[in-house]
Amino acid sequence: MEPMLVLENVNKAFGGLKVTDNVSFSVMPGEISAIIGPNGAGKTTLFNEITGHLTPDSGRILFKGQEITGLHTQEIVARGMGRAFQITSIFPEETVLDNVRVACLSRLGQTRRSLRSVGNFSQATEQAFAILESLGLKDQAQRPAFELAHGDQKLLDIGVALGLEPKMLLLDEPTAGMSPDERHLTRELVKRLWKEFNLTLVFIEHDMDTVFGIAQVVRVLQQGRLLAEGTPDQIRSNPEVITAYLGEELA
Amino acid sequence: MDLSSLLVQFVSGLSTATLLFLVASGLTLIFGVGGVFNFAHGSFYMLGAYLAYTFVATVKLNFWVAALAAALGAGILGMLAEALILRRIYGRAEEGGFQILLTYSLILIIDDLVKLTWGTEYKSLSRPPGLGGALVMGDLVLPSYNLAIIGVGLLVVVLAWLVLTRTRPGRIARATALDRETLGLLGINVPLTMTVIFGIATALGGLTGALAAPLRSVTPGAGIEVIIDALIVVVLGGMGNFWGAWLAALLLGEVNAVAVAVAPEWASLFSYLVMVVTLIFKPEGLFAPRQVRKV
Amino acid sequence: MTGADTKKEVIFWGLLAGIFGLLPVVSHNDYHLIMANHIIVWGLFAVAFNMLFGITGMLSFGQALFYGIGGYGVGLMVKYLGKAWFLPGMAAGVLAAAVLAYLLGFLIIRVSGVFFTILTLAFGQLAWQVTFRWYHVTGGDDGIQGIIPPGILGNKVFYYYVCLACVLASVWYLRSLSNSPLGLILRCVRQNPARVRFLGRHVRRNQRRVYVISSVFAALAGGLMSGVDNSVHTNMFYWTTSGEVILMSVLGGIHQFFGPFIGAALIKIIEDVVGSRTEFWPLIIGLLMMTMVLAFPRGVVGEFQMLKARWQWRALERARRG
Repeated sequence: MEPMLVLENVNKAFGGLKVTDNVSFSVMPGEISAIIGPNGAGKTTLFNEITGHLTPDSGRILFKGQEITGLHTQEIVARGMGRAFQITSIFPEETVLDNVRVACLSRLGQTRRSLRSVGNFSQATEQAFAILESLGLKDQAQRPAFELAHGDQKLLDIGVALGLEPKMLLLDEPTAGMSPDERHLTRELVKRLWKEFNLTLVFIEHDMDTVFGIAQVVRVLQQGRLLAEGTPDQIRSNPEVITAYLGEELA
Repeated sequence: MDLSSLLVQFVSGLSTATLLFLVASGLTLIFGVGGVFNFAHGSFYMLGAYLAYTFVATVKLNFWVAALAAALGAGILGMLAEALILRRIYGRAEEGGFQILLTYSLILIIDDLVKLTWGTEYKSLSRPPGLGGALVMGDLVLPSYNLAIIGVGLLVVVLAWLVLTRTRPGRIARATALDRETLGLLGINVPLTMTVIFGIATALGGLTGALAAPLRSVTPGAGIEVIIDALIVVVLGGMGNFWGAWLAALLLGEVNAVAVAVAPEWASLFSYLVMVVTLIFKPEGLFAPRQVRKV
Repeated sequence: MTGADTKKEVIFWGLLAGIFGLLPVVSHNDYHLIMANHIIVWGLFAVAFNMLFGITGMLSFGQALFYGIGGYGVGLMVKYLGKAWFLPGMAAGVLAAAVLAYLLGFLIIRVSGVFFTILTLAFGQLAWQVTFRWYHVTGGDDGIQGIIPPGILGNKVFYYYVCLACVLASVWYLRSLSNSPLGLILRCVRQNPARVRFLGRHVRRNQRRVYVISSVFAALAGGLMSGVDNSVHTNMFYWTTSGEVILMSVLGGIHQFFGPFIGAALIKIIEDVVGSRTEFWPLIIGLLMMTMVLAFPRGVVGEFQMLKARWQWRALERARRG
C-alpha cells in the first residue's frame, strides 16, 4: 500500500538552530498516529512544513504520492490536507454554523458565488450541520463562535478542518488546556471522528493517556530529530525515549 | 547643463532630501519603536513652521533658538496628543485602522486650529542672519542656508546613530522590534516611554517644519502634502527602517531636483513615479532587508 | 438569517424605497430634491467603501480615486463629444475604474494593514495631481461645468428616480453579496486571514476581488453625481473625499451593512445645517470622527443595537425576578 504522507530527509534551521533535523517517516493511509516530544522539539514546525506554512531547507515531502514541498498552503489544502490549530483558529464573529459552512463551501468551490445567500447553498449547509452533529455542537449552531466555551472552540476548529473533507488531518494538541474530564471526552471524540470520516490522522499531544490510548503509531521528536518510531508498546519500552523524554513523564 | 549647475542642482536636491529625511525619521521612529502610525505627523511639521514664525516675528528670537523652541513646542503638543487621545485606543481590536482614523481626525482639527490662530494667509520667514546669501566658489553659487540644512541633517543622523547604538534605551529599541508587550516585560514604564517617543518624533517633525519655513512659505493645509512625501520615503525605505528612510530620502530629493530642472510643472509627480516603479519591482521597499513572504 | 432579521430587512428596504421614492411627490422644492439625491448617491459610495473596510478589513484612503474617475468619465465625454455621450461616459468611467482597480490591486494588495492605507492614499493623490495640473484636458481647478444629461434625463425629478433605481439596485446587489458565500469569505479574511489560507482560499485574490467591486460602485456613484451637480471638480479625487466617505461609514457603523448609508444621510444633513454657517467644517468633522472612534466605535446603528440589546436583557432580568 502506498503511504499517505512521506517525509524524506527534511531539514529546517532558524539561524543556527536546527528545528527539523533530517526527519524521515511515512504515514500509512487510515493510520492514527501521535507525535510527542518535549517543548521546542519542533513538532509544530513539522506541521508547518507539511502544510506549506514553512518551506524546508532541504528534503522532500510527498502527499498521496505527489511532491508537495514548497507548495503554497492553499494548494496543499486543496489536495486534501486538513489542520486544526494549537491556538484555536476560528472566525470569531461568524456563527458556529458559518464557521463550518465556509469550509464546506470552499471544498465545493462555491466561495465565489455572490448573489444567493449562504443559507440557499443546501449541500454545504446540510454537510455543516452533519459535522456539527458529530461534534455535539449542533445546539449552538446559531451562536457567534466567540461566545463558545474554550473546549467547544477547539472542537469547532476541528469542525472547520473537517468541512474540507480532508484525507489527512493534523491536530495540534487537541486536548491542550482542558480539564481531565474534557480530555477524556475529546479523546473519545477524536477516535470517533477518525473512524467516521475515514481519516489518516496525526496529532501532537502532551497528554500521555491520550497518546497511548488512541494512537496506533507514536513518533518521538527531540531537538528536531526523530528519536524513535513504533507502536505504543515499543515506544513505552524504548530505553532512549525513557531517558530522553518519557522518564520524567511516566516516572 | 554644465558641471557647476549640475552640482548646484545636486546640492539643492540634497537639502530637499535632508528635510524629507528629517520629517520621515520622526514618522518611522514612532512606527518602528512604538507601533503607532501617526497620520498627523505632517501637521506637527506645520505646527513647527508656524511656531517658528511666531517666535521669530513676534517674540523676536534668533532663528536657531526659535527653531529649537518650535521643535520643543511640537514635541509637547505631540506628547499631549498621545497622552490624552491616542493612548485610549491602544490594545483595542482593529487598532491599526482606528489609529489612522484618529490621527486623521487630528489632521483636520490641527488644520483648523492653525487657521484660527494664525489666519489663512501665507506667512514667510526670512533666512537666518548670515545665511541669506550664497557660497561662491568660482562658477559655483551654493545658497548657504541650503548648506546649513544639510549640515543640521547630518548632525541629526550622527546623533540618532549614537543614541541608537551607544545608549541603553537605543539598544533596547533596536533589539526588541518593540511591541508594547515586550517593552512591558523588560520592566519599562510603557505608557511613559510611548509618550516620550511620540514627543521626540513630533519634535523632529516640528524642527523640520521650522527649518523648511524660510524655503517654502508657511500655509495651513501643508500637513497633508508633507505627510504624503514622508510616507513615500517611508514606503520606499521599508517602514520602520531608519537607514532605509535616509537612502530613500536621498533618492527622492535628487529625483526631485532633476525633475524641477527638466519639467518643473510636473515635478511633484516624479516621486510618485519612483514609488510606482518600486512597488512593481520591490514591494517591500527599496532598502528593506529581504525576507521570505508567502502569499 | 433568522426570521426577525428578515423582517427587519424588509422594513428597512420598505422605508428606504418609501421615503426616497415619495420625496419628489411630497415636496416640490428643488433644494430638497438635490439634497435627497446627494444622500442616496453618497449612501451608495459609503456602502461600497464599507465592503472594503467594515467587511473585509481593508482601510482604503483612496476610494476618491474611483469616485473621481466615474465623475470625469462623464465629464470628459460630455465636454469633448457632446451631451449625448452622458450615459456612454458613465459606462466608460465605471469600466475604467474596474480595469484600474484590477491592475492597481496587484500593486498595492501585496502589502497589508497600514501600508495598504498609505498606498491607496498616495495613488488617490497622484490622480488628483494629474487632474489638477493637466489643465488643457481636464480644466484643472476649474473642473468641468455644464454637464447636463440628455433628453428626458435632463429633467431633475426623472434623473432623481434614475439615480434612486441605480442606487437601490446596487445596494441590493452589495447586500446580497455580503450575505453570499463570497461575502462570508471576505468577512473571514478580516477576522482570520491565516485560517482562510487553510480553507484553500487565496486571501489576496479575494481582497483584489472586493477592491474591484467596491471601486466599480464608487465610480458609478461619481458618474451619477456628475449629473446631479451638473459639473465635476478635482475635489472628487482629493483625499478629503476619501476621508468623508470613511467618516460616513464610521459614523453609521462599519459592522452594520446599512450603517454607512445612514452615516451618509447624517453627514449630509449635518453639513447642510452646520456647514453653510461656519467655515470650520473640517474642525467639526474632525471632532466628530474623534468622538466616534474614542467613544462610539460601533457607530450610530451599532450603538443603538447595543442599547436595545441591553434594554431587552434588563427587561428579561426584571421579568425573571418579578
